[in-house]
Amino acid sequence: MLSVLLDPLHYEFMRNAIAISILIGILCPVVGSYLIVQRMALLGDVIAHCVLPGLSISFFLGIDILIGAFASGILSTFFVAWIRSQSRVKVDAAMALTFSSFFALGITLITTLKNKIDLDSFLFGDILGVTPHDIYRTLIIAVLILAIVKLFYKELLFYTFDRTGAQATGLPVNAIHFGFTAAVTLTIIASMQAVGVILVIALLVGPALTAYLLVKELHQMMGVGAMIGVFASVAGVYISYYQNLPSGPAIVLVSSTLFIFALLFSPAQGILTRPDSAVSLKRLLGQVGLSKRS
Amino acid sequence: MLEVDHLAVNYRGVLGLDQVSFRINPGQLVGVIGPNGAGKSTMLKAMLGLIPSTSGMVSYCTCPLHQQLERVAYVPQRSQVDWDYPITVWNVVMMARTRSLGWFRNPGRAAKEIVRAALERVDILNLKDRRIGELSGGQQQRVFLARALAQQAEVLLFDEPFTGIDKKTEGIILDIFDELRSQGKIMLVSSHDWGQTLTHLDRLLLLNQRLIADGSPQQVMTPENLHQAYGASLKTTTRSTLDTNLFC
Repeated sequence: MLSVLLDPLHYEFMRNAIAISILIGILCPVVGSYLIVQRMALLGDVIAHCVLPGLSISFFLGIDILIGAFASGILSTFFVAWIRSQSRVKVDAAMALTFSSFFALGITLITTLKNKIDLDSFLFGDILGVTPHDIYRTLIIAVLILAIVKLFYKELLFYTFDRTGAQATGLPVNAIHFGFTAAVTLTIIASMQAVGVILVIALLVGPALTAYLLVKELHQMMGVGAMIGVFASVAGVYISYYQNLPSGPAIVLVSSTLFIFALLFSPAQGILTRPDSAVSLKRLLGQVGLSKRS
Repeated sequence: MLEVDHLAVNYRGVLGLDQVSFRINPGQLVGVIGPNGAGKSTMLKAMLGLIPSTSGMVSYCTCPLHQQLERVAYVPQRSQVDWDYPITVWNVVMMARTRSLGWFRNPGRAAKEIVRAALERVDILNLKDRRIGELSGGQQQRVFLARALAQQAEVLLFDEPFTGIDKKTEGIILDIFDELRSQGKIMLVSSHDWGQTLTHLDRLLLLNQRLIADGSPQQVMTPENLHQAYGASLKTTTRSTLDTNLFC
């Protein structure tokens, strides 16, 4: 059994993959928890798609992709906010329009600028191709964001729970919102290499959502979410190694399976285990004709 | 003294609030009444600068109110809060201390004592470790009342605190209003239906975009004023609840 876990570590690419999985496994659920409790989960998806034009331009100019991707991601959130403030368009529609437009622009730029971006690894991740440089970058981003969350925890809690109330006590809500958006963008850039932009939303939302069903406070959601995140991403890498599956989808599927388990078996909220489940189970059985209860 | 001077709000070309002016002295409990959509919440929010006002000034002790928000407690409508948020009663009330603690500091013994006293005052200290979603409507309202108390503010604004609560909570809220009044606090409370609680107010503002009447509840709740505020939309049900409060 132990050799199953240790054997792959003889390869450097596997050691790198495991290192980056642990980092994003911790980082994504912490940031994702804030997205979930603000009902802004899809913002993660929007930003993820919107980094593409910036990525393409950075490649063209030969600058660090972090700069272009970050600028492009932040710009997209401003664009969504601008559409909302200038019209009656609701946020979901503004998001749908923005992310598809940015994505289309990104693809167009890749073609016209003749970038040598491997679109496949950008979209779906390539965790086995992670370099030490990627790990350092992810480590720095993770440490930075976790430190900020720790330092501003009580302000962020207030802001995400009751934005109006936070504003009414004089907290700088616009600055907090901008900082939060920046943190989401950096997290996405840090995770892009591992799972790709299409699937990064799954890692932001999946483990944190599983934890949401198990605990009653935000900091517990982040802690338990991080444990689940690390487990899912490391397990995903191993499964992808042994079963020869693409690593991004493997990680996401492990995370989603854990969510289904929590949905069914969470002690307080599980469909089959919550206090009123005996009643609802009976009703369910009645509906499918397995019980004669009228 | 709290002074509101010609406050007006326009939201994308729609008039929300039209040149509202009034003053409140310390130790006054002032109610705001008006039909749905009359601008009661809009007025409270505009006073704090939570939504932009097109004109007007709001000042407290001769300085703009929005520059001294640490002296104000605002209790939002219960429907505006996400009750599925993973947070306990204790931590919601502790938010009241966020601003006075300042950045980078965790609550110490003093803050914890203030929060404990506030929870005890509204009789939910035994629920402090519960998730807020597990509470009844009345208990949820008391959590926010405790948060306002723990803020130790001088000006308190309540948005529809009597909506969907039980008799016990109503009694606790009214008792606390009396206490705060005797401490010289300024209270502005909105409600679309005051019922019997109207008798507790020192003053009532009747609002429908503009300020229709301002005075004691007896002076304000006249048939002419109510007709002006509610017009033809004054339904029989609303009329019957209002009629019981006409002090005739």
